[in-house]
Amino acid sequence: MTSLTVEKPPPAEPEAPTRTKKSVARRLIPFGYLSPTIVLIVVLMVVPIIMVISYSFRDNVIVQENSVFAGFANYTDVLTDPDFVAALKNTFIFITVSMVAHLLLGLGFAMMLNSGMLSGVTKAIFRVVYVLPWLFTIAVIAVIWRLLLDPSGVINYVLQTLGIIQDGVNWLGDPGSALWVVTFVNIWSGYPFFMISLLAGLQGIPGELYEAASVDGANPWQKFWNVTIPQLRPVIISMAVLDLIWTSQQFALIWMMTGGGPLNSTEMLSTFTYKLAFSEYEFATASASAVIVLLLTMILAFFYVRQQRER
Amino acid sequence: MTTATLKGPRRTLAKAGLIVGLTLGGLFAGLPVLWMLSTSFKANGEVFQNPPKLITESFSFDAYTEILGNGAQLRFFLNSYIVAIAVTVLTLLVAVLASYAFSRFTFPFSKTINAVIVSVQAVPPITLVIPYFGLVVALGLYNTYPGLILTHMVFTLPYAIIMMTAYFNTLPKELDESVKVDGGNSWTALWRILVPISVPGLIAVGVYTFMISWNEYLFALALTRTDDMRTVPIGIQLLMGQHSYEWNQMMAMSILGSIPVLVLFLIFQRRFIGGLTSGAVKA
Repeated sequence: MTSLTVEKPPPAEPEAPTRTKKSVARRLIPFGYLSPTIVLIVVLMVVPIIMVISYSFRDNVIVQENSVFAGFANYTDVLTDPDFVAALKNTFIFITVSMVAHLLLGLGFAMMLNSGMLSGVTKAIFRVVYVLPWLFTIAVIAVIWRLLLDPSGVINYVLQTLGIIQDGVNWLGDPGSALWVVTFVNIWSGYPFFMISLLAGLQGIPGELYEAASVDGANPWQKFWNVTIPQLRPVIISMAVLDLIWTSQQFALIWMMTGGGPLNSTEMLSTFTYKLAFSEYEFATASASAVIVLLLTMILAFFYVRQQRER
Repeated sequence: MTTATLKGPRRTLAKAGLIVGLTLGGLFAGLPVLWMLSTSFKANGEVFQNPPKLITESFSFDAYTEILGNGAQLRFFLNSYIVAIAVTVLTLLVAVLASYAFSRFTFPFSKTINAVIVSVQAVPPITLVIPYFGLVVALGLYNTYPGLILTHMVFTLPYAIIMMTAYFNTLPKELDESVKVDGGNSWTALWRILVPISVPGLIAVGVYTFMISWNEYLFALALTRTDDMRTVPIGIQLLMGQHSYEWNQMMAMSILGSIPVLVLFLIFQRRFIGGLTSGAVKA
């Protein structure tokens, strides 16, 4: 069964051959149960998307009474803005590096936790420790890492003591390091979800496959590449695409750690759009940017759905 | 599993490697959290002392009493509880009705409606926050609880419906059929039979819903204005601005703000992870 789709409803109850008024009323029953959901989806998704698209083709929206049609002017403004291009590039680096690292860490930790050499208690303790970063909200994670990364903080102290750096580094204040540092923090906060899903996947691999590989004389390395990876492949691909989508929507972490700075070095599509709307009150231009973000996300979502169909 | 077949010295070596790996991973995951805990018990002057110490001479709960004795900080917690509990109750109610329809009825457009619900999850919040701002201002819901509660449901409802439908599908149809034989209708079957036996599923969905709402940041930032309407995540940020370097209080606030989610997670860990991996990721 595919991942994010609701399972197909069970077959219909047998219907009476003649369609009476009662059977028409019966057919409306499921829509009665769905009506609150339908109203909410219309109010929270359909109408807002229509609104943001219409804003993006107009000028003076929200803040002024009379908006005017502006054609593609807002889109031209956004796409030719060097800050937008920088945000696009930063977002690309941020999401791809995060995804690869989430996958490697998640798989590594899941395999260690799944090892047959550990006792149940040891596993349970390490599982809780490994899940820890996932249990804190992004606002908390941003504050913790700002403390750790402070120029006079504990990370600089350790690196100086080990002789790796000479003076305290202002990790978040240096345009050369800020993007890598926020990516590192995002990796720290996001790998547990991969780990949990991959652990469930590992536990679902039938033991006979490993036994058969042993009979064929496979070493652990060969078993990993010929049994584990092919068995996990569907989970890995789904998680990878979902992670790209989620990480591209990351706003709070960047906003609280750097605000997109210094010198736009950590500006993402989300922070760029937010600033246009809520710092500069350029809601029309911000809407154009928001629609572009929506389109980029839809491309990723399309790959996700196609992958799910193949499974 | 793969190493279980190793024998003798190779097995000892593999086990040693495993323990080193696990410990390094544990330090990577756990040390930042430990440092947050340690800092919350320090006096502010000791936060950046050299060399750093895990437990300092003036170990105290002062940072916590400062936060808990401050009405403005407590208001953030009150707001978060009001919003997250309301979102959880409303989400469960609406999701139970919708999941019942998907699980027990065949009707036209069910696949289309289902696909729309699933696709809501992919819509970027940054795209929605701009029209939401226009909407809540127009409806007079800007800087109010209903504005936050309503908009949070765009995140919680799709998940809740997907997970609840999967849960209902695991329950045999004969259960609710029996009510109909006794002359009851589908409404009675839902509330008398299905909902009471679905409590484990409702708890898993409820815990997840509460966590999403409690942690939400972007809408809480953009759709409220005054400090008395801010939720905990925004409150943490405000603390960072106000007393720029009251690190011990920021860490205490962070821990206090994380407690509801930590407690829920630890109590319902098994059920929650099971529900998440079977309901949402693999379904």
